[in-house]
Amino acid sequence: MFEAILLTVITASTPLVLAALGELVTERSGVLNLGVEGMMIMGAACAFVAAQLTGSPYIGLLAGILGGGVFSLLFGLLTLTLVANQVATGLALTILGLGLSGQIGEAFVGQPGIKLQPIVFPLLSDIPFFGRVLFAQDLTFYLSVVLVIGINWFLFRSRTGLKLRAIGDNHASAHALGINVIRTRYLAVMFGGACAGLAGAQLSLVYTPQWVENMSAGRGWIALALVVFASWRPWRVLAGGYLFGAVGIGQLHAQILAQNLGIVIPSQFLSALPYAATIVVLIIISHNRRTTLINTPASLGKPFVPDR
Amino acid sequence: MRIELQKRARVSPLFSILSPLLALVLTLLFGAIMFWLLGKNPLSALYIYFVEPLLEIWSLHELAVKAAPLILIAVGLAVCYRSNNWNIGAEGQFTIGAITGSILPVMYPAWHSPMILPLMLILGMIGGALYAGIPALLKTRFNTNEILTSLMLVYIAQLYLDWLVRGPWRDPQGNNFPITKTFQIEAVVPEILSSSGRAHWAFVFAIVAAVALWFMMRFMLKGFEVSVLGQSERAGRFAGFSARRMVWFSMLLSGALAGLAGISEVSGSIGHLQPVISPGYGFTAIIVAFLGRLNPLGIIASGLVLALTYLGGEAAQLSIGISDKVSRVFQGLLLFFVLSCDTLIHYRIRLIFAGAKTAEVKG
Repeated sequence: MFEAILLTVITASTPLVLAALGELVTERSGVLNLGVEGMMIMGAACAFVAAQLTGSPYIGLLAGILGGGVFSLLFGLLTLTLVANQVATGLALTILGLGLSGQIGEAFVGQPGIKLQPIVFPLLSDIPFFGRVLFAQDLTFYLSVVLVIGINWFLFRSRTGLKLRAIGDNHASAHALGINVIRTRYLAVMFGGACAGLAGAQLSLVYTPQWVENMSAGRGWIALALVVFASWRPWRVLAGGYLFGAVGIGQLHAQILAQNLGIVIPSQFLSALPYAATIVVLIIISHNRRTTLINTPASLGKPFVPDR
Repeated sequence: MRIELQKRARVSPLFSILSPLLALVLTLLFGAIMFWLLGKNPLSALYIYFVEPLLEIWSLHELAVKAAPLILIAVGLAVCYRSNNWNIGAEGQFTIGAITGSILPVMYPAWHSPMILPLMLILGMIGGALYAGIPALLKTRFNTNEILTSLMLVYIAQLYLDWLVRGPWRDPQGNNFPITKTFQIEAVVPEILSSSGRAHWAFVFAIVAAVALWFMMRFMLKGFEVSVLGQSERAGRFAGFSARRMVWFSMLLSGALAGLAGISEVSGSIGHLQPVISPGYGFTAIIVAFLGRLNPLGIIASGLVLALTYLGGEAAQLSIGISDKVSRVFQGLLLFFVLSCDTLIHYRIRLIFAGAKTAEVKG
């Protein structure tokens, strides 16, 4: 029973962690991309359609990553090259993504999906209690863990990561030092898009292997909140992602439990819990103005035009 | 080849007017390509989408019905965005406004008084304003990002409405449909010209709100305060303006207008509450606000344009079998092109070719 719940929590948390990790790198470079929801749903649609057409969920996964990454280029083009307002462009990306994905997936509504099968590590998965939870998961879970470790190393232990953070904190100084601000930001935006696309692919290939319009259901926005919650640190994204995922799964179990006990709790109230929890968490995290200021990349959301 | 931006010394007046039009043309061009890819004749599809709805009187009425909530919400949002407050939860404030405004007709269906409609509209505005007050409170008190909180509140509002119409407010005589009782006639926003079509007074409210806010932004100190604080909080402080009060002002104003749009839509167009009362007006209004260049008068025009995408979408679905999702794609594309064309207002764009670049460096 407990193991089963833990497994569902992991499945529900992985897309949040993946999308938030990508956005974390984007925001560390000083770019606020509010289009996570749009990139995620594009990833979900591309992944599902590619998997259906080829019969391979792995090609689907790849298509999801590519779909999110390419879609994020639109955002890059507007905000980095044409210095459009980042908030508005992010919203545009979300609106366009929701429409376009509906269009792409329309012919596939109701078709049974192809599920990405778990990769089982033979001996490790036999370890009692946590063996199956940690070593008999699908590729997206392993990727999420590898990405947390990799991004943490990249941001805080590598030279390029240091440059990326420098750009995020003060793009004018970074530019003066000869760092290519625009190119780095393009890469960061695309990485964020690819991660969001991967998160979307997880939704349509693992979490609920089918295509449903708007199936991301606000997860992209929750991932954005998660980055703030994690104060832009990869390990905290992992922890926060599991917390948010647990709330989401917890409300499902609470609905079943309440039903069995004969208690009437309107399902809508429980469904609203993840959103309400997000607000509460944001309040707790941001009420201390000073710690927020210390952690936020100082150039976040500010446009940059190199002067020559 | 690369693109280089050169800041203009002054905002280009030519491109201020041209940019939204350019964006429209580009959207139509991309739309034509999209229809062609879908295997439809692009010209006739565009005709059905954007021209045919304008040819008949009843259809123009429908245009006004759809434009009213868009304009009402968008003019409020324009004040928010101008003052750098990012309320993106208008859809939620619309929903809550519809709920609070419906309290009277749902609770007192037998109350027949001319007072009921004005009271409903006021209650709707209060409800929307209070709901927008939550992110305002959280922003001013706890420094919480209003983008995320206002958006999360949209989902909560929609679930709350869903619960209301399936639970306590469901009409017992409604054959188990999740809808409330149909509002009594006194509680319905009257039609403007009922002989020719469905357009109701919400459209008039929208025009009045747009003109009033245009006046405020153009001629009143408050409008100046909005712009100054939006461009530089620091400069605003020197002028004695309070950014905190501006958060409250802009959020409550936009919430009230979204709430008014909500109750007008439910009362004037639907006639009862149901689980889904909006095809995303609160989000589309964001596009309307930007396409109108955050100017209330421009928003009247852009509201009509976006209303046309809804109508065209319905028409195209019926006559040539294009899914209504195409409208959402159109709306998204439009916002993209608007934002990119706006660059032309502030910058000169120059294409620099590899050869030219080396010459420039030498020079």
